[in-house]
Amino acid sequence: MADTDFDLIVIGGGPGGYVAAIRAAQLGMKAAVVEREHLGGICLNWGCIPTKAMLRSSEVLHLAQHAADFGLEISGAVAHLDKIVARSRAIAKQLSGGVAHLLKKNKVAVFNGSGRLDGTAGARRKVKVAAGDKTVADLTAAHVILASGARARTLPGIEADGKTVWTYKDALVPGQKPASMLVIGSGAIGVEFASFYNDIGVDVTIVEVVDRILPAEDGEVSAFAQKAFEKQGIKILTAAQVTEVKKTAGGARVTISAGGRESQLDVEVVLLSVGIVGNIEDLGLDGTKVKVERGHIVANPWCETGEPGVYAIGDLTGAPWLAHKASHEGVLCVEKIAGENDVHPIDINLIPGCTYCRPQIASVGLTEAQAKDAGKAVKVGRFPFIGNGKAIALGDAEGFIKTIFDAKSGELLGAHMIGAEVTELIQGFSVAKTLETTESDLMHTVFPHPTLSEMMHESVLDAYDRAIHF
Amino acid sequence: MATAILMPALSPTMTEGKLAQWLKAEGDVVAAGDVLAEIETDKATMEVEAVDEGVLAKIVVPGGTEGVAVNAVIAVLADEGEDAAGVDVDALSTMPSPAPIAAPSAAPSAAPASASEPTPAPAPAPPAPVAAPTPAPIPLPTPAPTPAPATRVFASPLARRLAGDAGIDLTAVAGSGPRGRIVKKDVEAAIAAGPVPAAVAPAIAGGPTPAPAGDLPGMPGYDAIPHSMMRKTIARRLTESKQTAPHFYLTVDCRIDELLDLRKKLNANANDYKLSVNDLIIRAAALALKEVPEANASWFEDAVRMWHTVDISVAVAIEGGLITPIIRGAEGKGLKAISSEMKDLAERARIGKLAPEEYQGGTFSISNLGMFGIKEFSAVINPPQGAILAVGAGEPRPVVVDGALAVGTVMTCTLSVDHRVVDGAVGAAFMQVFKGLIEEPLKMLL
Repeated sequence: MADTDFDLIVIGGGPGGYVAAIRAAQLGMKAAVVEREHLGGICLNWGCIPTKAMLRSSEVLHLAQHAADFGLEISGAVAHLDKIVARSRAIAKQLSGGVAHLLKKNKVAVFNGSGRLDGTAGARRKVKVAAGDKTVADLTAAHVILASGARARTLPGIEADGKTVWTYKDALVPGQKPASMLVIGSGAIGVEFASFYNDIGVDVTIVEVVDRILPAEDGEVSAFAQKAFEKQGIKILTAAQVTEVKKTAGGARVTISAGGRESQLDVEVVLLSVGIVGNIEDLGLDGTKVKVERGHIVANPWCETGEPGVYAIGDLTGAPWLAHKASHEGVLCVEKIAGENDVHPIDINLIPGCTYCRPQIASVGLTEAQAKDAGKAVKVGRFPFIGNGKAIALGDAEGFIKTIFDAKSGELLGAHMIGAEVTELIQGFSVAKTLETTESDLMHTVFPHPTLSEMMHESVLDAYDRAIHF
Repeated sequence: MATAILMPALSPTMTEGKLAQWLKAEGDVVAAGDVLAEIETDKATMEVEAVDEGVLAKIVVPGGTEGVAVNAVIAVLADEGEDAAGVDVDALSTMPSPAPIAAPSAAPSAAPASASEPTPAPAPAPPAPVAAPTPAPIPLPTPAPTPAPATRVFASPLARRLAGDAGIDLTAVAGSGPRGRIVKKDVEAAIAAGPVPAAVAPAIAGGPTPAPAGDLPGMPGYDAIPHSMMRKTIARRLTESKQTAPHFYLTVDCRIDELLDLRKKLNANANDYKLSVNDLIIRAAALALKEVPEANASWFEDAVRMWHTVDISVAVAIEGGLITPIIRGAEGKGLKAISSEMKDLAERARIGKLAPEEYQGGTFSISNLGMFGIKEFSAVINPPQGAILAVGAGEPRPVVVDGALAVGTVMTCTLSVDHRVVDGAVGAAFMQVFKGLIEEPLKMLL
């Protein structure tokens, strides 16, 4: 009979859960993961990774279409959506298999099914694993981490049906290329799909309820992105709301309300990307002291819930909904349980965010508006891609890097970037912020030439009116 | 009893020096305060005084010897009438107890000492007459190394800048970042904790500054000794402790005849260790804290933290102050491990070679002034710890055994307790367990 008693059980095998289990195993704990669908969770199967695979296809297509700019002749570049999707699915499958291997290597037991809290047995917590109505296993452990993730939020009256109204999941496995698409919501998920579908030739419109797209980003980044997208042919309606989606023979007739006026738009599909809600159902929370607020579990900085021995990490506990936040929480939660000495709560201002639209967007820390709202006097530096040799050589000189410093202390408060490959640059500023460097340390750092990263240096110099190349 | 006179350290960074000359000869009777010898370093010449009376039984290192290592045995002082010929110098050299010598204006080179009480020796003595820097008229091929700060402070660049702007002394700030690094919020907390005077003292390198008499009416002339970083830290932390931690005190007498006996037996068969009484006390305290974990705790504003390991800070007097190196995870260490670790830490403490993580932190402190003949005392808690154990001298005292008077060796120990963290009954439970281990020391070997 399989072993059913553990030091730690993690419910959910996404980037929070499987990382927590591996860290627990490293610390000598006997750990198990309960996963109801695929190891790797949304991130690996229906989120971060498969979208990056698809966006790479649209990027290569874009380059092929502009081959002449590079002195090349490529004709007849055509996007085959089915093959793009097949590649994306194959990559997700490969990585999910990789997670299974990692768990096995670390001797973490994996149970396939839905896990739920099932009371206590003495000082130990019971977890029931079920597939449908059938019990797969009854487990016990001293500690249980809830890491069941989240799913797409839907709007009342606009229910996803997988045909005309899509969620991100449908957008990852489209049956065929739609002629037109309305994207509701312009967060990271919305603009990434808008960017992909627009690049493969779909007529895309974005509707955003706030007065600018990418509302979580710095205002200047939002404005720049909007201009870039519109130049690419994406239509953008801000301060606008979709009030009705009526199915028609060819798709849907959408009513959009903006500035007190209503207008109609006919599209083939509608993509809902209006945030996510935690998967809090069926976790067996009834009768426990686990608190739920606005669709998310309430946890303290050590990921502890109100119930002793029960922890929650990742999307389940709320924004920012990012895989790396979940992984980091998983590690610190387990280290805290194990009584490790050097454990520190996560600081939300140190979590970078990346959006893989074209041009890419990346940021960490406070926006200029947030810094000013916090009453700080700031020094702001900017450096445009057009001033960077590597960007020009790449043929991708659109974008800028903006840095915000506390005028008094020189603390790097925030960094915001839009342009080629900025998602690979942002960790430089993340390290700097985590180590609490000041402008002086950044100025004294030698940045390699010729790289895009030189713009990071220049942006810092510019905040102190010392930029060299612009 | 014969005692060793050790090569003193004239500065925290000194590792060796020249024994310039002996001012007393073998067989001379010396009184406390007599100048025995002169020591030279690249910077200064100082006199070695006797702090005890006796006969200079044996000169081990002759005058004029260069490169004498700090803490090497340079001579043996015997009681009058004691046979000096029988003194085993090698045995003395491994003695963990301090040498009874003092350089003027310096503390005894290294005695475990209290976190609270002023060490006995450094009376406000006049500046050493021969402690003037030796001029070096000939340019040296390599510049003489400037004394490195005794401790490296790990702090983020932002924390350093904020501390500099606010005049905060980072050596007095506890770090909460990775591996105890001082980060922004620690400095902000220090700023919020109250005004800290900026380090306005003149150059720390400066020696005592003679000042004219009379800038306070009725007071005699004086020497102003600038505060060292360590002095400032001691002042700040212990003032904070006495002002914020409600201290109470629990005192017990422990008979240590069996413990002394056990130590003797253990040491008799050993060639790779030599246990001190203090090593046994550390072990007993660690085991008692394991048994009464509520006493291994600290007060924090949001919660009492009961520590997962017993990390014992042991007060060691060093030149210009004291420092508390830590035996970490002491509850899991045997006597031999504690002894060798303590010896290493104390040695490196004397020469200023401790890494910050070796003296920052700790969950409980021990301060032992027994070797100075102190019968009992109350120590100041080393914040944020919850308690400190003050250990007095083991001495023959009348004891009652089976209703009759007898003579036993008794050591008085006083626990100072932060009442916010540890209540009377918990503190008493700890002392009971501790006393039990000291009086039946075989239990410590389990």
